[in-house]
Amino acid sequence: MNEKNNSLLVYTLIYFGFLYIPVLFLPIFSFNDANYMSFPLAGFTTDHYEEMWSKRNLHKALWASVKVGVVASVVSTAIALLAAKAFVRYKFRGQNVSYGAIMMPFLIPEIILAVSILIIWINLGFPLGLVPVTIGHILFCTPFAMLILIARIEGFDFSLEEASRDLGENAWGTFYRVSLPLYLPGIIAALLLSFIISFDEFILAFFLSGSDATLPMYMWNQMRFVKKLPHVLALGAVIIVFTTFIVLLAFWLRNVGQGKEKQDIAIKL
Amino acid sequence: MNENFIQINGISKHFGNVKAVDDVSFSIKEGEFFSLLGPSGCGKTTLLRLLAGFEYPTNGNLLIDGSDITALPPDKRPTNMVFQNYAIFPHINVEQNIKFGLRKLGLTDDEIKKRVNDVLALVKLEGYEERFSGQLSGGQRQRVALARALVRQPKVLLLDEPLGALDKKLRDEMQLELRTLQKEIGITFVFVTHDQQEAISMSDRVAVMSEGKIQQLSAPNELYKNPENIFVSDFIGETNFLKASTRSKDGDHINVAIEDLGDFKVKNNLNIPENSSDVVCSVRPESMMISRDKSDWDICLEAKINQTSYLGEMTRFYVEVSGINKVITVSSQHFDNQSFENNTCFISISLEDISLLQKK
Repeated sequence: MNEKNNSLLVYTLIYFGFLYIPVLFLPIFSFNDANYMSFPLAGFTTDHYEEMWSKRNLHKALWASVKVGVVASVVSTAIALLAAKAFVRYKFRGQNVSYGAIMMPFLIPEIILAVSILIIWINLGFPLGLVPVTIGHILFCTPFAMLILIARIEGFDFSLEEASRDLGENAWGTFYRVSLPLYLPGIIAALLLSFIISFDEFILAFFLSGSDATLPMYMWNQMRFVKKLPHVLALGAVIIVFTTFIVLLAFWLRNVGQGKEKQDIAIKL
Repeated sequence: MNENFIQINGISKHFGNVKAVDDVSFSIKEGEFFSLLGPSGCGKTTLLRLLAGFEYPTNGNLLIDGSDITALPPDKRPTNMVFQNYAIFPHINVEQNIKFGLRKLGLTDDEIKKRVNDVLALVKLEGYEERFSGQLSGGQRQRVALARALVRQPKVLLLDEPLGALDKKLRDEMQLELRTLQKEIGITFVFVTHDQQEAISMSDRVAVMSEGKIQQLSAPNELYKNPENIFVSDFIGETNFLKASTRSKDGDHINVAIEDLGDFKVKNNLNIPENSSDVVCSVRPESMMISRDKSDWDICLEAKINQTSYLGEMTRFYVEVSGINKVITVSSQHFDNQSFENNTCFISISLEDISLLQKK
């Protein structure tokens, strides 16, 4: 019959190597006892990690990123939830147009989005800082959150909502007692992914943050000084681990209660 | 007992250009087991959803127990529904499902407990309180859906093809059980089904629907014995149609010429006019007799058996009568496929069993 063909396997290995080997250098050099990223390795040290504890500006930038990330993810998930529900549940006039409008920030180059917001913001006479960054992030995160939620809500049996109305609950009671708990895994996945997108985002922050650096801005600033490079590597390594964990969690949550497990989930209100 | 417990007055529901329900008016009695029967797309489910409040009518109004509910949202109506797919909430257990609709009724904890226990006993689900929907069989889910609706003690229970998802044996059991349950609690049931046997065996009255209109509303035996039009005659049970035209009336009878058979005098329940060629005669397969020898019935025809199918409690013969260009279906409990030599037989019809119907 078929001869065993390994070319797909080879392709897969090359693909993953291409993707992940550069990323692996970051943690490797973050433990290297030298200021330059070059082989051979000079020796093992955790000094770069310890260094992070003493950088006041790093802490400030971290806190700024967390604040922006939390607000942006909560707001964009809320907008995305309402939009996703409307797109899945109802057919209405202008559906395609409004869908396209929400997806737009996902498609147009980020730099154009950033410059547009910058121009409007400055013309309105408002100061740059975390507020315009947050607004930009909300725009940018909403399409991602909406795609996740649409995937979740598409499998939803809307007769459950009718059953709730039939059993005496009004629209809000139905949303709170039936829809929300069943959408919850999708909502959490959308929150986590939006947070990560905001947390990693550089271009919007670069144009709009003014003197309030977010974490990616802080890293970019540090890269200009050779001596400061190693602790940025350490920071990068920590962020990779943290981000990977959150993304995996989000994907796991997105699938909870879908398909086979659907009947078994029990999220108590 | 209130004859006009549910009043449906001139109800229409249009979806774009489609008239799902087209100017329908009738009343349902208090405590009645009422079925809406028809093929898919006939408007029966839309009518049920109008009663539940999931749709609002384009025209007309709805009254339950004297009060106008036309504009009320589902949560303000004295109705509860058993959904086709049961719609059991998957994130809460059986007990919480049943309690779901009691929150806003202002009951004390003791009253809630009593109602839940009573309804669990009624649908024989004691001991399943902690289960989740995924851990129940189809029949059990159906009981939960029933309990969840009945625990609110609605004036009307709406059932949307609740037995459709069950296997045949369970379905037969549930038919009996639902019927007994309804008589026991005395709540008005409005039952939607496309299964004529289900509607006929369970209901006090049946409304046969097609194309958004009521074709006939009567007791099950009337539907079967005295169908008012071709659609009903064809939809309820099996029948043979023979082309005919009417001649002169004779009291409550009328003379008809049945194509290829000759002239006969049959009863004219529907008061079909004289000299009309738009009529057919309907004869049920089981009202005919099949035999080896000639009989002295009103009509007796020699025929050839084309095909037989053995159905257990009866055998169905598909026969060809010389001179009639049509296969006729006859059922018999006494003969089977080995009964006839050379596939020749006689089929006999009594004029009493011929119903005369008008084409549209």
